[in-house]
Amino acid sequence: MYENLIYMDHNATTPLHPEVKKAIADALEVFGNPSSLHAYGRHARDLVEEARGTVARFIGASPDEIVFVGSGSEANNTVLSALTCRSSRCACSVDLVRHALVTTTIEHPCVLESSKCLRERGFPVAFLEVDEYGKVRLDQLEEKVTEKTGLVSVMMANNEIGTIQDIRTIAEMVHDRGALFHSDAVQAVGKVPVDVTQLGVDFLTISGHKIYGPKGIGALYVKNGVPFCPLIRGGHQERGRRAGTENTLGIVGLGKAIEMREREMAGEEKHLLKLKEALRKGFADRIPDIHFNGHPTDCQPGTLNVSFEGAEGEAILLYLDMEGIAVSTGSACASGSLDPSHVLLATGMSAERAHGSIRISMGRQNTREEVEQFIDTMPAVIKKIRDMSSAYKRS
Amino acid sequence: MSAEIKWVYSDKVREHFTNPKNVLMDEKGYDYDGKGVVGNVKCGDEMIMYIKVDGEKQIITDCKWKTYGCASAIASTSILSELVKGMTLEKAYRVSPKDVAKELGGLPEHKIHCSVLGDKALRAAINDYYRKNGMEDRITREEARIVCQCMNVTDLEIEHAVLEGARTFYELQEMTKLGTVCGQCKDEAEALLKQFVDKHFSDTEP
Repeated sequence: MYENLIYMDHNATTPLHPEVKKAIADALEVFGNPSSLHAYGRHARDLVEEARGTVARFIGASPDEIVFVGSGSEANNTVLSALTCRSSRCACSVDLVRHALVTTTIEHPCVLESSKCLRERGFPVAFLEVDEYGKVRLDQLEEKVTEKTGLVSVMMANNEIGTIQDIRTIAEMVHDRGALFHSDAVQAVGKVPVDVTQLGVDFLTISGHKIYGPKGIGALYVKNGVPFCPLIRGGHQERGRRAGTENTLGIVGLGKAIEMREREMAGEEKHLLKLKEALRKGFADRIPDIHFNGHPTDCQPGTLNVSFEGAEGEAILLYLDMEGIAVSTGSACASGSLDPSHVLLATGMSAERAHGSIRISMGRQNTREEVEQFIDTMPAVIKKIRDMSSAYKRS
Repeated sequence: MSAEIKWVYSDKVREHFTNPKNVLMDEKGYDYDGKGVVGNVKCGDEMIMYIKVDGEKQIITDCKWKTYGCASAIASTSILSELVKGMTLEKAYRVSPKDVAKELGGLPEHKIHCSVLGDKALRAAINDYYRKNGMEDRITREEARIVCQCMNVTDLEIEHAVLEGARTFYELQEMTKLGTVCGQCKDEAEALLKQFVDKHFSDTEP
């Protein structure tokens, strides 16, 4: 359908894996309610539980620790909102003193907005800052996670710059201070190895559509024994942790997507790193006054965030779109807000540089030829924009 | 496939974004009569407009520009530079963001602020011309009136906030901090909010 187009926006979403398509197509006939006891229901239940097993195995969890939800955003909202629960039924109210949240300045908006909402409801919220590469400042963690902190939420891989946090160390520090730890791993699971036992997290968020699965399905890992409070109530589904008839097709799709990640992820990393290095070198050799953002090594293999002086991100994005290349930008103009990417600003980057940034996120189908074509296209695009720019030094 | 998918802005924006008209390539070699700079790269948009004026007829004979910004900012400046050629200074002075948006076949609401800079830059260039030619008396000062006494917020700032996307009193407060102390200005601020939304946003949607 998209012949001759180059898709390099995998951190936004991904195309369905052909095997996922097949699995969903096969499951289309399975309409039974997984909660029904008859054959129709049992058939659907089998599919759901098979997928649950796959997801659990992939991240080193046990199946009863996996809750299927409607999206990564829902998973994150669920975890954060549990902090407000005072019901003894949920076992959340173990310690009424621990009602503060600590998170970071570079989280996805679904965590940031939920955090602000908690603050407005009277719960103390502290934000950990990051260094110039987007790594969480552990000295601040030491200081801000106190005996009043109930939950700490730190994303594993950042969607905009790709920086990967040392989750294991952070989880350990958090647990030493007696708080629970959640990681939004939407941009990590299926891209880099994730094992919940090794990492020592209490909650972990997974999304389907970032890893060649369908949209509208996510999973939340909830460690056995940790307090939990559902966001959506009114049904026994997911062992009472998420009401609503299961999205069987979505769950089947997510299960298959994870199964394919299990098979393909390891071999893909090298390929993506090579492509990224080629892009980096190609741009650096042929375009002056550019900067690469994010951590040089602790980064998603396929993500490259780069700033172009004197060129605005949305203009770059739209010219590239006309050339058949799809990327995204951290500029304000594309998002409709006035401030550029909060992530880039959090790394201490100037607003000027943040406005001129684009995010290239490659995936399993990108090729060396596409990268070459991108490298050949980019210099003229940037030159065109800079030629009309009031902000690029005119020589 | 891609050709069938609708573009993000109007065809006119696309045309002016793809083939911008009157970009100034060489400032040193261009003998202009007035120059106006507005905006700030920090905010994502900056525009410089240059005009040549027929002093006798008080008509803009040529207009060139440089813009740092998104597609609508580029297209706005480009179309404005075409629009004002041959226009009297007096008329050009009154070109509004709405006129620019209309010429472009409409802009999404959150992009109106990009076209605001264009007409501001144009007025700044005309002011520059007036100043250089001893016609300061023609410069209209934008007079601001304080609406919120506590936080020192003016009507111009309210108008600006509307152009930047404020539609409700809450959003206005978020952006300007107006009415966050004594709250006495609330009624007046709400009236102004409505007035500016009507002024800038009725019939500009594509």
